[in-house]
Amino acid sequence: MAALWLTILIAGLLTFLTRLSFIALFGHWQLPDWLRRALRFVPPAVLSAIIFPEVLMRDGSLAVQANNFRLVAALVAALVAWRTRNMLLTIGSGMAVLYLLQWLR
Amino acid sequence: MEKYSASISLIIGRMSRKEFFAGVRAELPLLLGVAPFGMIYGILALKAGLPVSMAQAMSSVLFAGSAQFMAVQLLQNGTPLAIVALTAFVVNLRHALYSASMAPHVRHLSRSWKILLAYLLTDEAYAVAIGYYDEETPGEYKHWYYLGAGFALWACWQLSTATGIFLGAQVPSSWSLDFALALTFIALVVPALKDKATASAALLAGAISVFAFGLPYKLGLLLAALVGIGAGMLGEAVWRRSG
Repeated sequence: MAALWLTILIAGLLTFLTRLSFIALFGHWQLPDWLRRALRFVPPAVLSAIIFPEVLMRDGSLAVQANNFRLVAALVAALVAWRTRNMLLTIGSGMAVLYLLQWLR
Repeated sequence: MEKYSASISLIIGRMSRKEFFAGVRAELPLLLGVAPFGMIYGILALKAGLPVSMAQAMSSVLFAGSAQFMAVQLLQNGTPLAIVALTAFVVNLRHALYSASMAPHVRHLSRSWKILLAYLLTDEAYAVAIGYYDEETPGEYKHWYYLGAGFALWACWQLSTATGIFLGAQVPSSWSLDFALALTFIALVVPALKDKATASAALLAGAISVFAFGLPYKLGLLLAALVGIGAGMLGEAVWRRSG
């Protein structure tokens, strides 16, 4: 438990230092151009790396089939997210599809 | 002389108060989206087995929505703690961009002001404050506006997290709420897919993450993210050249 607290403190400190970085360093150091370009790809890359195994796999092996309810629900949610860009609608529709499929089974 | 400086400080007080509450008001519409997000975080953090104190502390220590959701997901999967901290750090790197863009506007402020405003530098506070800084109107007190926007968001995040934690204790596990976490990420990632380069970063990172799933210490996650970011940069360079 102590290690968990330490993890949160370290992650928090790193986040704070990131936020403070250029505010504190103004005039002394500029963000290198390649890093500025790389930052744009951080959210899509990291989020997808978390989502894909979560919905494409079951118990550590690939499960791309119609009876993988989470996959079907995730695809519907992605469609809703793309059309509406609304977070609550996306979560709501995904959960609704999952419940519906579980109920129909 | 004393009377003169007293009235000056009165005016400053009034100006700063006015700016502060203008910042709070400008932030209010964004809170409509933030409050449910905070509640969902609170519910899921508790469902993932985090103690109440830690779930709430994350909201003030980390104070970053998507990083908190990710930390909860990774902790639930039994990810090694160093990878959790590293992932949170990478996900929050975008704040360096905000910091760079905010830096010239706050350079005249004292060190304590800079520390306070840096702590409050979130996506939503940045969006509101930078809009105001970029307006033509001159203003000696614009940092009070930023403080108002940042504080409104901070208070909303703490309160909605607390509400979610309270609700989370009453939601049964049969509701499969852990899946809401994956859905939250989908809602965050889809709007970020703006062009071919971002889409290929996402697809490649996702595919590698699946195929490298068996790697020890969940290193597949970091590998996937790094390759995805590299692919995005490469794609951007190639597609820009080919027009």
